[in-house]
Amino acid sequence: MKASGFQYARPSSLAEACALLAEHGSDARILAGGQSMFATLNLRLSAPSLLIDINRIEELKGIVLAEDASHVRIGALVRHAETASSALVERHLPLLHMAMRHVAHPAVRNRGTTCGSLALADPSAEMPACAITLDALLVLQSRDGGVREVPAVDYFFGLYETARQDDEILIEALYPACQPQEVFGFDELARRHGDFAMVGVALRASHAQGIISDLRLTTFGTDPMPILSTAAAALAQGQAWSVALGEEIARAAVAELNPDHNHFGSPEVKRLQAAALIRRVLAATFGAPADSTIPYGASHG
Amino acid sequence: MDDLSVRCVEHANIQFTLNGKDVNCLVPVRRNLVDFLRQDMGLTAAHVGCEVGVCGACNVRVDGAVVRGCLMLAVQVDGLSVETLEGLAESGEIAALQRAFVTRNAMQCGFCTPGMLMTANELLQARACPSRLEIRDAISGNYCRCTGYQAIVDAIEMAAGEDA
Repeated sequence: MKASGFQYARPSSLAEACALLAEHGSDARILAGGQSMFATLNLRLSAPSLLIDINRIEELKGIVLAEDASHVRIGALVRHAETASSALVERHLPLLHMAMRHVAHPAVRNRGTTCGSLALADPSAEMPACAITLDALLVLQSRDGGVREVPAVDYFFGLYETARQDDEILIEALYPACQPQEVFGFDELARRHGDFAMVGVALRASHAQGIISDLRLTTFGTDPMPILSTAAAALAQGQAWSVALGEEIARAAVAELNPDHNHFGSPEVKRLQAAALIRRVLAATFGAPADSTIPYGASHG
Repeated sequence: MDDLSVRCVEHANIQFTLNGKDVNCLVPVRRNLVDFLRQDMGLTAAHVGCEVGVCGACNVRVDGAVVRGCLMLAVQVDGLSVETLEGLAESGEIAALQRAFVTRNAMQCGFCTPGMLMTANELLQARACPSRLEIRDAISGNYCRCTGYQAIVDAIEMAAGEDA
């Protein structure tokens, strides 16, 4: 199908974009990569009256390491492909680097933006889960409200529901740069590599002298939004890795999920998948290298 | 040209290069890129498949990056460079891939072929000798409904070993 009619504007500054959005509010949509939005427009699942194309706004581009190296800024126009190939991201945000190979397919990564994925808040998408796991700050700007920073844990609160107001643009995401003792893990189950995840797991923790602390384990794809496990953090704190600990964490983290029934399966199936994936990611992160599983797709000829 | 920075429009004049030639025309803003290329520019190599970005049949190259023609508007290529498979074939850029697809019988109905060639060409530009796993990974966003994937992977692998 084709999208229904709309108007189009292409502001050349953030101030112009904010002014247009303030004027048109929820009737307007911000167009960055458009890789999810055009699919919904073409299916006529949504019909905004105005698209505000921010692709020509220079100040929204770029991946930048803060001068004090404390965090990395990813601007609203940074494509997934740029995030995936960025040496800065590989070095300072290894979790994002690991997750990026699961994000969509090459042609979609060339156009889709990392911040757009955060703005949309699809429950099966990788970027919201990574932002929560890394405790990222999402920066919103509006004409009347100025600039505000929202921690990722407070940003997502339901199916495609976020803290963003109708007149606000997500202008950048700020991710804490990784510390020497930090470890990361990421994996997901999808029917076809690059498709939206049925279940996914993102993990960060400190791991020094064999002791785990400050574990942040996020499961996504099962619930309307990514779920950061408080039980997993409590169980892992101050512990050394063991398979039994992994079992215990997986059981506790899955108990915090409330999976929906959808075309991917029943809640029971998703709990089993989530538990298996959590065990796998924990073992790959904290266990001996031999514990890591075969990478996805490696068995294909 | 319209000042799109503050005005909200339903039609816009765009200026861009298409397979190396300058184009200047008026487009309705709701026209997506692949429909525009096929219906207004008469270039029918890029196919309209799913229209939701899943199948990859509409892949075209915009400013050097392969993108979905159904997930972009024609008005968005204003000032940019657009290349379709016709352009890549004429320039000889994909000659080795074309030969390999014929030799390996890597097309059946042919509907997915232009998108496959676009994707394969981008892969081979980034990696001269990809593994079969990397090839499968790269074409994971392109559907072949005849399910001739084995031959397509064979052809891309074969082309990787040759010069254009």
